[in-house]
Amino acid sequence: MAKRIDVSGLNAYYGAHKAIDDISMTIEPRSVTAFIGPSGCGKSTFLRTLNRMHEVTPGGRVEGKVLLDDENLYGAGVDPVAVRRTVGMVFQRPNPFPTMSIFDNVAAGLRLNGKYRKSELKDIVERSLKGANLWNEVKDRLNKPGSGLSGGQQQRLCIARAIAVEPQVLLMDEPCSALDPISTLAIEDLIGELKERFTIVIVTHNMQQAARVSDRTAFFNLAAVGKPGKLIEIDETERIFSNPSVQATEDYISGRFG
Amino acid sequence: MDYSTSPLSETPPPPPAAASVSGRTVRPGDRIFLGLSRGSGVALLVIMAAIAAFLTYRSVLAISGDKSNFFTTLDWNATGTEPKFGIAVLAFGTVVSSVIAMAIAVPVAVGIALFISHYAPRKLASPLGYVIDLLAAVPSIVYGLWGALFLVPHLSGLYGWLDDYLGWTGIFSYSNGAARSLFTVGILLAIMILPIVTSVSREVFLQVPRMHEEAALALGATRWEVIRMSVLPFGRSGVISASMLGLGRALGETMAVATVLSPSFLISASLLDPGGGTFAQNIASKFSEADTFGQDALIASGLVLFVITLLVNGAARLIIARRKEYSGASS
Ligand SMILES: Nc1ncnc2c1ncn2[C@@H]1O[C@H](COP(=O)(O)OP(=O)(O)OP(=O)(O)O)[C@@H](O)[C@H]1O
Ligand SMILES: [Mg+2]
Repeated sequence: MAKRIDVSGLNAYYGAHKAIDDISMTIEPRSVTAFIGPSGCGKSTFLRTLNRMHEVTPGGRVEGKVLLDDENLYGAGVDPVAVRRTVGMVFQRPNPFPTMSIFDNVAAGLRLNGKYRKSELKDIVERSLKGANLWNEVKDRLNKPGSGLSGGQQQRLCIARAIAVEPQVLLMDEPCSALDPISTLAIEDLIGELKERFTIVIVTHNMQQAARVSDRTAFFNLAAVGKPGKLIEIDETERIFSNPSVQATEDYISGRFG
Repeated sequence: MDYSTSPLSETPPPPPAAASVSGRTVRPGDRIFLGLSRGSGVALLVIMAAIAAFLTYRSVLAISGDKSNFFTTLDWNATGTEPKFGIAVLAFGTVVSSVIAMAIAVPVAVGIALFISHYAPRKLASPLGYVIDLLAAVPSIVYGLWGALFLVPHLSGLYGWLDDYLGWTGIFSYSNGAARSLFTVGILLAIMILPIVTSVSREVFLQVPRMHEEAALALGATRWEVIRMSVLPFGRSGVISASMLGLGRALGETMAVATVLSPSFLISASLLDPGGGTFAQNIASKFSEADTFGQDALIASGLVLFVITLLVNGAARLIIARRKEYSGASS
């Protein structure tokens, strides 16, 4: 199910403002890649170019290539809607559909993709909720609204919703930043399990988290406020945190940044 | 504890001067504002009570003077020694024309609102929204004149066609008169309430949080699916409120209806044939020539319209409250 992502020469703009400049990298399948870097360096922007969510922002524009295995996501005739069905996304703030029940939230993506029989739907919802380590907490109230869960539970519900459609890649933009340490740990454990099946990319401001969950880490930086963000380096997480090849990376990681 | 000397019965009420002794400072501004707001609140209640008392009193006079059933009589004759009048025709006409208006206006308004908020390019969206807002400000007599001079002559063709294909239902049978019917009134009312329903719905659709829409987008939803999954559920109660605003206007519309309808005190199954009447239209056309008792009778019918409006609003509130748990407003 998991696929390799190959980015080359990627620029992204908001109107006239260039947010990221000439990014190239390879993201391995069945691994966790973490994006770190100071605020405003374009991590979220870059992440959103990987499932063509960047262009839904007014003025959003992308140049360059993103290959998913061998298919260019920005090739002519590629339907962004189809791309988003293969590359799932979890947002910084949990965003379950407030008018839908827990069950319907998880089933939402499936219902978009086609017709399922009731029993099939039930099986997939259960499997996804178990996959997101949420099943035991909600199995007795699947018909209650998803917005009635705690923040951490809501975020796991969003993960269940994203994995229910069996995407190739799962993008996560600071998925734990609105959560307490216990919920954070639950989601980190979950990421460890999910990487068996998916290619995972996670943006985080938490160095320990990057070190704990990721196999490879990419460090982004920007020359000055208003300048576009750049990829400084990407390497094995262990190397980035022990012996990075660029001084700026070491400064950032050890807190000597700015 | 000795209950006979409870602190409540022991402590005398503090004297008015206590406010300043207890160290609370009351500035003149506070006192003036308090007096003003309390005064206007009381005045409002008194005025409302006075209006209600007046209307009820005169209505009771009228209904007790009515020599036939006020609710079922198909006639309006409030003069002479044997006054016979009833609201059946008016209630029927008011409800039917408003239902027709809502059935036409709400889907169209929601469609336009969605187009402006989610489909139209921004260059087109703002002028379009502005024009819609402008339409809401056109006086109703202008709509009435347009209805009488343009709509009525042009609808006969459509009604003839409806009669050919749906005449067998009885509802759509049409016998070639001027199209001054309840259905025409319904169409005109639909056009009149369209701007307000559109404009309020559009505001609500524009307020859907970005993050709800992105949730749907990230699952691979098309634009229409985003609207179905995120926008419409979030906007549901807002659209109901908007429709209620429109319905309120339709139920109470006077001049436009009086200009277009050719009234009669008959309940006819055919909505396309001329005839019928509404509360507001009937009051407007009869009030100036009525004697005191005739006015009382009209006031009584106005009271019924008021009660219908209240019931409709109450029902709408119930619908909104029943799904509060699922409303998007909380998160
Ligand atoms: N919707 C937008 N419209 C215009 N400019 C934007 C928009 N979103 C982000 N930007 C700009 O793009 C640049 C990159 O922003 P981005 O959100 O990708 O940063 P980030 O690395 O995710 O930061 P953070 O760590 O704070 O989330 C910033 O200069 C930002 O001001
Ligand atoms: Mg970000």
